Amino acid sequence: MLLIHCPYCQEDRPELEFRHAGEAHIARPADMAALSDEDFERFFFIRSNPKGVVFERWRHMHGCARFFNAARDTVSDRFLKTYKAGEPKPDLGGEGR
Amino acid sequence: MVDAAARISPLDGRLFQDEGILVEPAVPAVRLALRAPSAARAALSKALGIDLSQRPKASAVHGARAALWLGPDEWLVIDEEGGDLMAACGTVTAFHSAVDVSHRNTALLVSGRRAADVLSAGCPQDLSRGAFPVGAASRTVFGKVEIVLWRTGEEAFRVECWRSFSDYVFMLFEAAARDA
Amino acid sequence: MQQPFRLADVGRLGAAAPVNFTFDGKPFTGLTGDTLASALLANGVHLVGRSFKYHRPRGIVSAGAEEPNALVGIHRDAARKTPNVRATVQEVHAGLEAVSQNRWPSLAFDVGALNDAASPFFSAGFYYKTFMWPKAAWERLYEPFIRRAAGLGVAPDQPDPDVYANRFAHCDVLVIGAGAAGLAAALAAADTGARVILADEQAETGGALRFETGAAIDGRPGWDWAKAVTADLAARDNVRLLTRTTGFGYYAQNIVGLVERLTDHLAKPAPEQPRERLWQVRAKRVVLATGAIERHMVFAGNDRPGIMLASAARTYLNHFGVAVGRNVAVYTADDSAWLAALDLKRAGVGIAAIVDARSEIRGAHVEEARRLGIECLEGHAVTATAGRLRVSSIQVRPLAGGAGRVIPCDALITSSGWTPAVHLFSQSRGKLAFEAETQRFLPGTSAQDVDCVGACGGSIDLAQTIEQALEAGTRADGAQGRRATIVKDVRGEVWSGGMLGTAETGTGVKAFVDFQNDVTAKDIRQAVREGMRSIEHVKRFTTTGMATDQGKTSNMHGLAIAAEMLGKPIPEVGLTTFRAPYTPVTFGALAGHSRGALFEPVRRTPIHSWAQEKGAAFEDVGQWKRAWYFPEAGEDMHAAVARECRTVRESAGIFDASTLGKIEVVGPDAARFMELMYTNPWAKLGVGRCRYGVMLREDGFIYDDGVVGRIAEDRFHVTTTTGGAPRVLNHMEDYLQTEFPDLRVFLTSTSEQWAVIAVQGPRSRDIIAPLVDGIDLSDAAMPHMSVREGTVCGVPARLFRMSFTGERGFEINVPADYGRTVWEAVWAEGEKRGACAYGTETMHVLRAEKGFIIVGQETDGTVTPQDAGLIWAIGKNKADFVGMRGLRRADLVAPGRKQLVGLRTKDPNTVLDEGAQIVADPHQAVPMTMLGHVTSSYWSENCGHSIALALVAGGHDRMGETLYVPMPGGAIAVEVASTVFFDEKGERANG
Repeated sequence: MLLIHCPYCQEDRPELEFRHAGEAHIARPADMAALSDEDFERFFFIRSNPKGVVFERWRHMHGCARFFNAARDTVSDRFLKTYKAGEPKPDLGGEGR
Repeated sequence: MVDAAARISPLDGRLFQDEGILVEPAVPAVRLALRAPSAARAALSKALGIDLSQRPKASAVHGARAALWLGPDEWLVIDEEGGDLMAACGTVTAFHSAVDVSHRNTALLVSGRRAADVLSAGCPQDLSRGAFPVGAASRTVFGKVEIVLWRTGEEAFRVECWRSFSDYVFMLFEAAARDA
Repeated sequence: MQQPFRLADVGRLGAAAPVNFTFDGKPFTGLTGDTLASALLANGVHLVGRSFKYHRPRGIVSAGAEEPNALVGIHRDAARKTPNVRATVQEVHAGLEAVSQNRWPSLAFDVGALNDAASPFFSAGFYYKTFMWPKAAWERLYEPFIRRAAGLGVAPDQPDPDVYANRFAHCDVLVIGAGAAGLAAALAAADTGARVILADEQAETGGALRFETGAAIDGRPGWDWAKAVTADLAARDNVRLLTRTTGFGYYAQNIVGLVERLTDHLAKPAPEQPRERLWQVRAKRVVLATGAIERHMVFAGNDRPGIMLASAARTYLNHFGVAVGRNVAVYTADDSAWLAALDLKRAGVGIAAIVDARSEIRGAHVEEARRLGIECLEGHAVTATAGRLRVSSIQVRPLAGGAGRVIPCDALITSSGWTPAVHLFSQSRGKLAFEAETQRFLPGTSAQDVDCVGACGGSIDLAQTIEQALEAGTRADGAQGRRATIVKDVRGEVWSGGMLGTAETGTGVKAFVDFQNDVTAKDIRQAVREGMRSIEHVKRFTTTGMATDQGKTSNMHGLAIAAEMLGKPIPEVGLTTFRAPYTPVTFGALAGHSRGALFEPVRRTPIHSWAQEKGAAFEDVGQWKRAWYFPEAGEDMHAAVARECRTVRESAGIFDASTLGKIEVVGPDAARFMELMYTNPWAKLGVGRCRYGVMLREDGFIYDDGVVGRIAEDRFHVTTTTGGAPRVLNHMEDYLQTEFPDLRVFLTSTSEQWAVIAVQGPRSRDIIAPLVDGIDLSDAAMPHMSVREGTVCGVPARLFRMSFTGERGFEINVPADYGRTVWEAVWAEGEKRGACAYGTETMHVLRAEKGFIIVGQETDGTVTPQDAGLIWAIGKNKADFVGMRGLRRADLVAPGRKQLVGLRTKDPNTVLDEGAQIVADPHQAVPMTMLGHVTSSYWSENCGHSIALALVAGGHDRMGETLYVPMPGGAIAVEVASTVFFDEKGERANG
């Protein structure tokens, strides 16, 4: 069970309170109606799924109920950083590799 | 006509008592799910007569009324003496959402020397006095359901849950309390 | 009963009370504090089981959790039969009933031992080579015969009647292992004021101090120091001391799983006392003090009963006061066995000889052995053993060559050195490093906040161990820690030596590496010869290390033999991965409280008790119990549902709809948000009006539906499906928080705030009218699809005029605690007017007569509004809503999509099976071309014929076509029809 730092509750809380919510920083296009098939495919279906650092969304479902973002290393399963929804991708410095 | 005071709480008549542990239903309360951006916080605090804290896990108590911080723009307001919380918020014009959830939730009071240990059978949070002091409140999980946990004393907790989960919560308390 | 091998004035059980137990039905006496193994040995019993594959007689190898051989069944009662219990871990208690395993008809004479003679047939890779084909052999030979002949214990055949507990715990320092290292670390940590949990798998703390008589700490014998420190720790508020507790799994971010055994050692556990407790401990730091595990020597015939680890013999002697024989031989490559021999000799046990594979051995222990007159053979190997059910002699030969000789003995103790117990460290993702000089894998780079101290970290010196432990215990408190603990005068035994693999490359006779899975040195060599190159391959090919002991005593031997065959250094051959659990964990411990009534929450509505009193049958809908139908005397389900369906359309019915999900959408941008979340237009929906809403996912498929009422300009009362309530709220929160955060809206679940009483049917208004205050119920003032606030029975209510039956209908929402009282008042009015209570089955039939879909029944995540005939629910002039773009995808507008239609069977009495497939030509060859399937099917009492809904390819264009539903009894002819079977014009809801 991971320990996840909730940027809203400002403390580490047990994973049982959280729910994973997929890849982060995929903004819903403002003009959905004009979206080409290719752009829709990229927006809705294509995910990066890298080995290493991923940026992903979590929801503190059974805590403050906020969605937030996290940078996690899928190799070590370590959270490098968590940050509030809407904030830009953080600079992970050396940690990001 | 129904006597408006005749609420039938889902845990009416339930009680569990053993060495160092007492689990009992709380009295029926008026409850508000209050959502508000910070711009409305001061006005709502004034209207409700209670400070809506901005500090995570914090609670405020004034008489029979309490406000528990659940999220950065969310509070659970509880009034055990039937105060009209909806009406109080109705006087505030700043954008907010007040929803009556008096009957959605029900509450158990868990007290005694073993209260924290019994809660730890199902709650993964650190309930030591350092990490979860008197006054701390948080939405969390207990076994397989969501609860709002509020430490009201060194050895006393209030556990709020949705009414249909209260039977499960009560039974899990009974089972956990048997584990001395 | 005598205990002929229990020595007077030796060991620590001395004055303990005798305990009677049975083994294979035979009564024995042991002492309180004995393990089953020590008690059996006290009675001279070495033979305790038969091996997994060859059914060879096997005895007790160890004195701890690493035991590979001595697995027994423990029977407490008919339901409590635990297989594969290690006799070295199970404590005896009065009435303990143990049985041997994998033998028939008896332990001493076992027919299955024929496998031993046939062993060439069962060599390495046997499973892969044999269980291939022909297919029929699986049924006739492999499963019934071969697989049954192999195996260990028998699984219990009744549900486990015990209860199990769970505990989440948090601490600054978790110490695993309470030997000298663990105790010192816990003491140091406790002295800093840290919150400490100390766990040990044994019944008592002390670890190797149980047998290491040469240890002294703080001027006292090591064992006495351990007892004093334990008492000190137990008395402290900041220390939780757990014995009989195994740290079995080390997971992410310093969470460690412990299982505490609470009752297996008790003769009469209290009723409902949990048998085991699972601890899920989150520790800021973990100190692993898990010690080291002694290895056996690998030589021909090394598995006979009476052959055991030297440290085990020493533990049985020094702790339990039990001699493992009267004339004990020693075969070793490590000094530790010499010290065991010396202890035995001093206690009056004969030592037949000490055979050491090493040449040129020296040291105080050697001189002492010679002084005591023990024959010492250096540079020798044991090359064979004899004795049918227990070792009776060993054959010894110089490794440099020369004649062998036979030495009689009644026990043989062996040691090839010590393997640090790095299991938990490795599980924590720490890297292991191979120390070539000592041929050991030791903890290398840590992946988590963990320290390994003492033997598991490679220390072979007690003073160094204590020093490391005090340091680690102090560090565990982080910056503020200052070391206050002082432990003086530490003196321990120092053992050197050790070897891996075999001393001499052997013969055809079995030199066992892995006792539990019956893997020999020859098997491993054969695996390499057959092309296995990695230890992972060797492991799977031979099954070495894959038994329940996970090769604690055997893995290093197997690895060394493979490395030697491959001509590579050990680290290049690799080490198999350590995985949880360290020792077997019961399913009960993992399930914890989540059994029976606590397996899953059962949710009941405020009206549930009324339905129960009326004799309703219930069905499960998600976690909810919902009233299914209300049978009257003599009615079966069909009759009850037919009556309920009729009554609703003729008079009225009352239905508990409380389980529907409800969400309050509040804020000045509420309508804008609704526009985005639902396909429908909302901006112009008047206050007090309702609309049926369809929610899509971004891909265009139907996600949920429900009726939405506008309570105020800035407040909507949204309903969702019963099962969809949590995910719909999550879906809406997701969009609100992350895609549309600027909208001034908040969402609140009110699913359980309201009890919902649906009153449906021509007389519904008459029924509720006497109970309603403040609301004009006339059709003009409150038409179909409207909502009003007022009071019902004097309590505040939201009254919806809506219909899921096609009849004039109302849904009364009242605060849930008033639900039952209001329901009873409505029921009283209903009864006066011939209404019935109806359940979910009737609800389903009535909505199907009207062609109303149920999300999850007519839809399966691949159905669009157009497919479902709901294109009218899509706002034509909307700039955006979730799913709008998805709906335009080529495949979603392509011809031939499965579309929702009605089906009418040619025989009106035939009711189709839901899920049945539909074809155009029932005579075509199998596999047939499927056009679709039946989604809903019922007998319609009101129509007088069966009705069905189905998804059929191009269905909207097939009206009137005859299709077929092939069933085992023949194809059923159906006609494609409208989805609306009753009141096609929809007039009844309005009037």
